[in-house]
Amino acid sequence: MNDATNPNSPGQSGLQRLRRLPINATLLAPLLALLILFVLSSFASEYFLNARNITNVLRQVSYTGIIAIGMTFVIIAGGIDLSVGSMVALVGVLLLYVVNAIADPIQAVLLGMLAAVVAGSLFGLFNGLLVTRGRMAAFVVTLATMSIFRSLALYLTDAGEVTTRNPLFSSIGGGYLFGIPIPVWAFFGLALAAHVLLAHTPFGRHVCAVGANSQVARYSGIRVERVVLSTFIIAGICVGLSAIMLSSRLNSVSPSDAGYFYELDAIAAVVIGGTALSGGRGSVWGTVIGALILGIINNMLNLTGVSPYLQGLVKGAVILLAVLLQYRRTG
Amino acid sequence: MTITRVLKQAALATALAGTSLAAIADDYHIGVTVPSADHGWTAGLLWWAQRATEDLAEKYDDVTFTVLSASSGTAQVSDVEDLMIRDIDALVILPHNPATLQQVISEAYESGIYTVVVDRELEEPSQDVFLAGDNPGLGEVAARYMAEELGGEGDILVLEGPSIPINTQRVEAFNAVMADYPGINILDSQTTDWNPQQALSVTEDLLGSNSQVDAIWAGDDDVLIAALRAVEENERDDVQLIVGGGGSQRVIEMIRDDHPVVRGTVTYPPNMIASAIALAVHGVKGEQLGNMYHGVPSRVILAADLITADNVEDFYEPDAAY
Repeated sequence: MNDATNPNSPGQSGLQRLRRLPINATLLAPLLALLILFVLSSFASEYFLNARNITNVLRQVSYTGIIAIGMTFVIIAGGIDLSVGSMVALVGVLLLYVVNAIADPIQAVLLGMLAAVVAGSLFGLFNGLLVTRGRMAAFVVTLATMSIFRSLALYLTDAGEVTTRNPLFSSIGGGYLFGIPIPVWAFFGLALAAHVLLAHTPFGRHVCAVGANSQVARYSGIRVERVVLSTFIIAGICVGLSAIMLSSRLNSVSPSDAGYFYELDAIAAVVIGGTALSGGRGSVWGTVIGALILGIINNMLNLTGVSPYLQGLVKGAVILLAVLLQYRRTG
Repeated sequence: MTITRVLKQAALATALAGTSLAAIADDYHIGVTVPSADHGWTAGLLWWAQRATEDLAEKYDDVTFTVLSASSGTAQVSDVEDLMIRDIDALVILPHNPATLQQVISEAYESGIYTVVVDRELEEPSQDVFLAGDNPGLGEVAARYMAEELGGEGDILVLEGPSIPINTQRVEAFNAVMADYPGINILDSQTTDWNPQQALSVTEDLLGSNSQVDAIWAGDDDVLIAALRAVEENERDDVQLIVGGGGSQRVIEMIRDDHPVVRGTVTYPPNMIASAIALAVHGVKGEQLGNMYHGVPSRVILAADLITADNVEDFYEPDAAY
């Protein structure tokens, strides 16, 4: 961020003044796109600004948004994780198994949530070890584990949906705190923590350095393997959190359906948010904005009743437009 | 007021190919959500949903419709949430997977929205009407037809759908009928997930490992087409009969053109969504059906009809997507 701002001088141009704001230039473009989309949507549908609709959109966004935050770290460090969607299904299944196995409802929910985060981080560790120790490309590794995780989820459940009768479980993802859904709190809380980690700690600087040039990073004493491994574990933990929110909101997990195409939505959110797909730079807030843009597009298309056949086209076009706008501004 | 209205319309007209804007003056707004077209049957579903909403919107000027399709169960949850924001009076839903949708359908139903659930039943009923095809009937009718056509004797292959309850109901009913025919021998029963590509390779493998096959029960008409291709490519003249399920227009045309192998299929019609939408119109208005002394029934099961050359014209709809 703009930590080193020049002291105010009387003859500053408008652009310089803009730069003084606590937003950097890469964040400005997606933010602008979000604002335009927001204004357009409020004109396009009378229901859009309805408070309930806004909280719905935020909740709908939070599941993929949480994952996109983890994906941001992986992509900045020069990797990619295609397995996150399948991992949601597998973690979700394991989570419900734990919740159903324990009689005391409070214990069941707490241990289930713990299990989800632990399972997510272990699967992330598995991905990360294959990439670092196995010296394979992240794309290939996670393409394979995407298939493996989905398959395991289907095998464990015989492709059937897993539900729970735990009375407390559904109040996590379905619940509200001060009028805002709990998954939204989780999303923004996680975003804040991730932002601090990425922008204000040595680890965050190392992630960027590794993604920019891993050789240089290695020569300057950064333990590149460890950094890359950590980004995959972070992605896994985010998947665990997302699986908790999603499966508790639905009070069930469908192994064939949960997390379906989440990897693409997450990658799209990261890219729209101004993180370079080639790694080296990016921001968590950009990803949050990217996820919000995707969510608002979906919502607006539904509210305005666009032909279901055309929705994909509009969504794709807006993604292209947002990214194009961003390269114009920053290029 | 008028300026915002004009702006609104302009924004819509330029940005989007919107289909329904006129929800302001209407009394009833009905939301329809179905899985997006991932195979022939679901493509037919969306086609019929749009056809029915067009027909009914023309017939009743106090009713408007919004049709959405979702690529996954979680996306469909969002669709229902969005429809609720749009103040729908009735919801017609064919849930992707019932457990995933259970929560949000309950929310809609409990908020007073007239709810019609189609095809896939919820574990905890949260609806005014449940409408579906006859899954056990589909297996049963297919089995009786095949047994008669084969004269009670022959070796058959069964191509199953994915391991979901409706597939199990169909296959169990099929096997129960076949148990009455000792001359009929089920060589193998394999899953195709109702996916044509998978059906093609599964049928090829099964034909390879069984030198004499008299008939194939495909259970789904897209699977039937794939199985037929495998039979033709392998020049297997021993296969005399392939029976499908669903009632796709391609298969209906084959029956109409007196295809030598494809002579019959059993309906599990995607236009059940059209009937469900029509029921929702009556239900939300509190009307009775025809001369019935009651309102709309709470469970409606559509018959599994056998389509053969004798009655094929009744089911022929050349424009339909399935």
